[in-house]
Amino acid sequence: MAKRIDVSGLNAYYGSFLAIEDISMTVEPRSVTAFIGPSGCGKSTFLRTLNRMHEVTPGGRVDGKVMLDDENLYGAGIDPVAVRREVGMVFQRPNPFPTMSVYDNVAAGLRLNGKYKKAELDDVVEKSLRGANLWNEVKDRLNKPGSGLSGGQQQRLCIARAIAVEPNVLLMDEPCSALDPISTLAIEDLIGELKEQYTIVIVTHNMQQAARVSDRTAFFNLSAVGQPGKLIEIDDTERIFSNPSVQATEDYISGRFG
Amino acid sequence: MSHATLTPKHGSLRGATLPKWFAWAVAAGSVVLGLGISTAAGLDSDIQWALIAAVLFVAGSYGISAKVEGRRQAKDRTATSLVWVAFLMALVPLISLIWETVKRGVKVLDGYFLSHSMGVVADTEPGGGIYHAIVGTLEQVGLATLISVPIGVLTAIYLVEYGRGRLAKAVTFFVDVMTGIPSIVAGLFVLSVWILMLDMGPSGFAGSMALSILMIPVVVRSTEEMLKLVPNELREASLALGVPKWRTILKVVLPTSIGGITTGVMLAIARITGETAPVLLLVWVTNFINTNPFQDPQASLPMYIYLQYQNSGGSGAAYDRAWAAALTLIAFIMILNLVARGIARWKAPKTGR
Amino acid sequence: MDITTQKPAAPPAAPGPAAPVDKRAARGATRPGDRIFLGLSRGSGIFVLALMAAIAAFLTYRASIAISKNEANFFTSFDWNPSGTPPEFGIAVLAFGTVVSSIIAMVIAVPVSVGIALFITHYAPRRLGGLIAYVIDLLAAVPSIVYGLWGALFLVPHLEGLYGWLDDYLGWTGVFEWNDGAPRSLFTVGILLAIMILPIITNVSREVFRQVPRMHEEAALALGATRWEVIRMSVLPFGRSGVISASMLGLGRALGETMAVAMVLSSSFDINASLLDTGGGTFAQNIASKFNEATEMGRDALIASGLVLFVITLLVNGAARLIIARRKEYSGANA
Repeated sequence: MAKRIDVSGLNAYYGSFLAIEDISMTVEPRSVTAFIGPSGCGKSTFLRTLNRMHEVTPGGRVDGKVMLDDENLYGAGIDPVAVRREVGMVFQRPNPFPTMSVYDNVAAGLRLNGKYKKAELDDVVEKSLRGANLWNEVKDRLNKPGSGLSGGQQQRLCIARAIAVEPNVLLMDEPCSALDPISTLAIEDLIGELKEQYTIVIVTHNMQQAARVSDRTAFFNLSAVGQPGKLIEIDDTERIFSNPSVQATEDYISGRFG
Repeated sequence: MSHATLTPKHGSLRGATLPKWFAWAVAAGSVVLGLGISTAAGLDSDIQWALIAAVLFVAGSYGISAKVEGRRQAKDRTATSLVWVAFLMALVPLISLIWETVKRGVKVLDGYFLSHSMGVVADTEPGGGIYHAIVGTLEQVGLATLISVPIGVLTAIYLVEYGRGRLAKAVTFFVDVMTGIPSIVAGLFVLSVWILMLDMGPSGFAGSMALSILMIPVVVRSTEEMLKLVPNELREASLALGVPKWRTILKVVLPTSIGGITTGVMLAIARITGETAPVLLLVWVTNFINTNPFQDPQASLPMYIYLQYQNSGGSGAAYDRAWAAALTLIAFIMILNLVARGIARWKAPKTGR
Repeated sequence: MDITTQKPAAPPAAPGPAAPVDKRAARGATRPGDRIFLGLSRGSGIFVLALMAAIAAFLTYRASIAISKNEANFFTSFDWNPSGTPPEFGIAVLAFGTVVSSIIAMVIAVPVSVGIALFITHYAPRRLGGLIAYVIDLLAAVPSIVYGLWGALFLVPHLEGLYGWLDDYLGWTGVFEWNDGAPRSLFTVGILLAIMILPIITNVSREVFRQVPRMHEEAALALGATRWEVIRMSVLPFGRSGVISASMLGLGRALGETMAVAMVLSSSFDINASLLDTGGGTFAQNIASKFNEATEMGRDALIASGLVLFVITLLVNGAARLIIARRKEYSGANA
C-alpha cells in the first residue's frame, strides 16, 4: 500500500508571501526520506503540502503538482479530507486527543470512516499499538486517558493512531524534537520497522538522526530571511553525508551554518 | 504481530464534491420557498417564514449532499448550515434592538430633551426631557464609583501583592460569588439595612450603595488581572533598591498597570449605569430635578425609561421619550466601552511586557 | 470577565513553603507606611467578606420576620398576600416561573451561542469573526431596561404570528395552547432572556474555543476529519467544561433578571399548564412589581423571596466556579 510521491514545480504561499519555491522531487515507496535544512527554510511547510495540511493555515495556498502514484493531490475534484486519510501525519509535539482513552485515540481515525464491530476495532487497535511498539506498555491501561502517558509513549500513540487507518504515506514533522534521548531511540527504531510497509517522510533538525534513519535525504535552504525556501539537492543519505554535490549542503552538514 | 481481520475502506481521493455555490443556491432556494409557503398559507409573521426557510436550508443541504457527497460530507454541511443559521438567528434580534432604539430614539432626542426635566409635563403629553435623570444617574454612578474603586483596587492589591493564606482564598472565592449576585438582591440588602433598619428615606446615595455591591467585584477582578500582568522583575528591581513595599506598589506597580485598571473601572461603570432594579427599590424616581443625592427620591435614566413605559397609558409621546432615553443610555454606555477599549489598546504595550 | 484566563490566586504550593516567607516579610514591615498600606488593603479584603456575610445575615433576618408571621406554607403556597390578616404568602408560583423561563432561555440560548462561538472561531473569515466578536462584546453591555423596552414594544407584537402557529400545530399538547391573549407569557420571557444571555455565553464559549490547542485540531485533520469532525473530536471535548460554566453564568443572569421580565410579563399569581398563557411570575420580577404597594410586612415577604433567589444564584455560580477550577487542573495536565 505504500505509494510513490512525485512532486513537480510546487510553490507554497502564506497569503502573498512565497514560502517555498519551485520544488520538484520524488519520494520512493517503502523508504525513509529525511528533510533537513536551517530553520525557516520551508521543510515543514513542504511536508504539510504533501497531505494538504498547508491550506488549513489561514492564507495557506499551493500551486504545482503532487502526484501520489497516478493521482494529483491538487487536481480538480480531489477531496482534501480523503487525501489526509491516505497520507497520515505525526507532529512535532505529541498530540493525543486529551479527552480520549488510549484505545479511543487509536480507534479515532477508523471511527470516522464508518462503523466497526467491537472485535474488529479491538484487533486494529492491538495491531496498531504493536506496530508502534507500544502494546506491551499500555495493554493494561487501554481505557486510561492518552494524555497520562509519558512524552515518548504519547508520540508512539500518535504513530499508532496514524497507522491504524493504514495510510499510504506517513509524514513526520520533527517527531523526536520534544522527546528525551531514550524515547527518541525508540521512535527511530520504530521508523526503521515501519518503512517495510510505508512511504515515510521525516523532517528533522538533527542531522545524526537523518543519517541514522533515512535512505534518502533532501537538503533545503533559503538565500536570506524573507526569501522563499528551495530544495538544494536530494540524494542517497550516504552520499549527502559523505560527498554532497553542492557546497552549501556540505557547509550545513559540517556545521558551518544553520 | 497479529493479522488484521479487516482492512479499512480505502476510497479514492476523488470525492464527488458539490460546487462552491451550492450552499448559496440552497440558501436562496430556501428563502424563496419559505416566502412562498408563508404567502400560500397566509402566515404574516417574519419569524415564521424565516424559521421555515432555516429548516428547509438545513434539511435541503443535508439531503442533497448526502445523495451526492456521502453521509460524512452531508453531516459536515449540516453542521456548517446550523452554525450559519445560529449566527443569523442571533443577529436578527440583536440588530433589531439597536436599530429600533436608534430609529425610535432620535425622534425627540435633541438639545431641549437633554436640558429639560419632566417637571410640568404630564406623562401622556409630548415635551419634557431627561435632564433630571441625567443628573441623578451621574450622581448615583459617581458616588458608587467613589465607594467601589478604592475598596476594589485595595482588595485587588491585597490579593496580588500580599494575599497568600486562607483569608486571600476566602476573599477570592467571595469576590467570585459577589459577581453573580442579582442586582435586585443587592437592592434588597441595602433596603433591609438602610431603609428598614436605619429608617432612612429613599435617596440617590442608597442606590449608590447597592450599585457599589455590584461594582466592587468587577473592579477587583479586572484590577487583579492587570496587577498580575506586571512583571515580578519590576517589583524586585524596586525592592532591591531599598524602596519599601508600599512605595513600590504605589510608584511602580500601580503606574505600570494604571491603563488597564482605568479600563476595568470604566467597564464597571458602564455595567452599573444601566442597572434599574436596585434604583427602583432605593432611589425611586421623580419628575423634578433633585441635585442632592443624599435626600429624597432622584430620577435616573433607567428609571426614567421604566416610568415613561409604565405610566404612558399607551401614549406615543411617552414611548418616544422612553426610546430617546434608552438611546441616550446606550450611547453613554457604548462610548464608555469604546473609550475603555481604546485606553486598553493604547496602554497595552506598556503593561503587556 | 475573562474567566478562562484567571490564574488561581493562590497556587497549590503557596500555603506550604511560601506562606512563612511572606509572614516574615509582613512582620518585618515595621515601617509605618508599610503597616498602614497592608492594613488598608487587607481591610478592604475583609470588608468584602463582611459585606457578603452581612448580605446573607440581613436577608435571613428580615426573611425570618416575615416567615414567622406567615400562615401559609412558604414553599408550596400559591398565594401572595403578606399584608392580609392572617398574612399568607408562598413562592411556588415564583419558583415555577423562574425555573420555566430560565429553562426556555437556556434551551434557546446555549445551542445558538455555541453555534455563534463556533462561527466566530472556526467558520467565519478571520476579519468578519473578529468584527462579530467585537459587536457581541458590546451587546453584552446593553442594559436590561433597554432589552425590556424593546421586548415590550417590539418583540411582543411580533410574536403573535409565532404564537398562533404554535397553537395550531402544537396546541394539542396543552403546553403550547394559546387563548389569544397578548403574548406576554413566560414563553416570551424565556425568548427575551435567551436574547439577553446570548452575548455572555457566546463570549465565554468563544474564548474557550479559541484556546483549543492548534495541535489537537491538526491531529484530527491529519486523520482525515472533516471540519465538523474536527470540531466534534477536538474542539467540543476541550471546550465542554468551558461551555458548561459559560451556560451557568448565563443561567445566573437569567434567574436574577428583573426589569426586562417585569416589563414583558403580564404576571399573576397562578400557574398555567400552557406556556403561552399570560400569568405566573419570577422571583425578581415579583419583587420589582410588588414593591411599590408593599407594606413593611410585604417588603419583608419580598425579601424572603429574594433570599431564595440569592441562595439559588449562589449555588449556580458556585457550580460554575467549581467546573472552571476543575478545568484548570485538567487543562494544566495537558499543557
